[in-house]
Amino acid sequence: MVGTALSGRLTWQLAKVVDVIDETPRCKSIAFEVPDWAGHRAGQHVDIRLTAEDGYVAQRSYSIASAPEDDRLVLTVERLDDGEVSPYLTEELREGDQIELRGPIGGYFVWDEPLGGPLALIAGGSGIVPLRAMVRHWAAGPRDASVSLLYSSRSLRDVIYSDELEQYDGDNIKVQFALTREWPSDWAGHRGRVDQGLLASAIPRPSERTLAYICGPTAFVEAVSQALVGIGHEPGRIKTERFGPSGS
Amino acid sequence: MDALDGNALAGPLADHFGAEVTAAWGVCRFCNTPAQVAQLRVYVSGPGTIARCPSCASVVLALVQTRGAVQVHHGSFALTPDPPG
Repeated sequence: MVGTALSGRLTWQLAKVVDVIDETPRCKSIAFEVPDWAGHRAGQHVDIRLTAEDGYVAQRSYSIASAPEDDRLVLTVERLDDGEVSPYLTEELREGDQIELRGPIGGYFVWDEPLGGPLALIAGGSGIVPLRAMVRHWAAGPRDASVSLLYSSRSLRDVIYSDELEQYDGDNIKVQFALTREWPSDWAGHRGRVDQGLLASAIPRPSERTLAYICGPTAFVEAVSQALVGIGHEPGRIKTERFGPSGS
Repeated sequence: MDALDGNALAGPLADHFGAEVTAAWGVCRFCNTPAQVAQLRVYVSGPGTIARCPSCASVVLALVQTRGAVQVHHGSFALTPDPPG
């Protein structure tokens, strides 16, 4: 169901876990059934709230991994060693459990098909989550906009949704991977950090009025954003979402 | 400390304003440079969260948690109804 942009107050509701999927050693996808879910736009997030027995409340935001067209609401959560919420979500939560959730939230870092392209989606680490929702939304539509997805991870085992993303590469969509810390000897993707040279070759030129979405650790987002401006992309067509310091 | 950005404030600000505001434009009262709420640099610390202007780093927005309620001080970031220029 395609939802409309959020207006009015957000209410907390109880969401039930209907599936838990191992994605990588640190990441799990969790599918939820949310009784009064009004739909969402690709790129939006939800807030999750955990209340301990002593009344202590911890609240965090998680990007929605599923597209508006998907039949279940899915979040992909990376376990942070010092996290207050992610260890619970990735290690304790089971099918049938309920948690407090509100959303969808966000109106800036969103993409829907009418916004067009060409699209450059640039992800660092868990920043792939909202961009994957955008790709799934794109794939469910007419696929008019061309998409260039560039996804940077530390190593092969950290790549989330790798099979799914690889199978997209083809008609009007280009999917490229960069590994920054370790890579197989026969690795054909980019080796090392995403830099201006890679960006210039990986995504459409500024003259095409590329619409860029950059998401991931703050340092990654800022480096990539500056590089895009350096290449000549319009700052007004670069959207960013910073996830804070990188995990582990 | 690594900053987040205004996207992280979307929920609390939606509570306060009763509307989604991360795409809204505002002008920093200190340096007069326009920015979208989503582009503010956000620092979360215990009961307080501040947002800084991406151009001059002045604190333009503060959220303070007090006894279950969140106070939002945005006097230094003048929200404008339309994008600049």
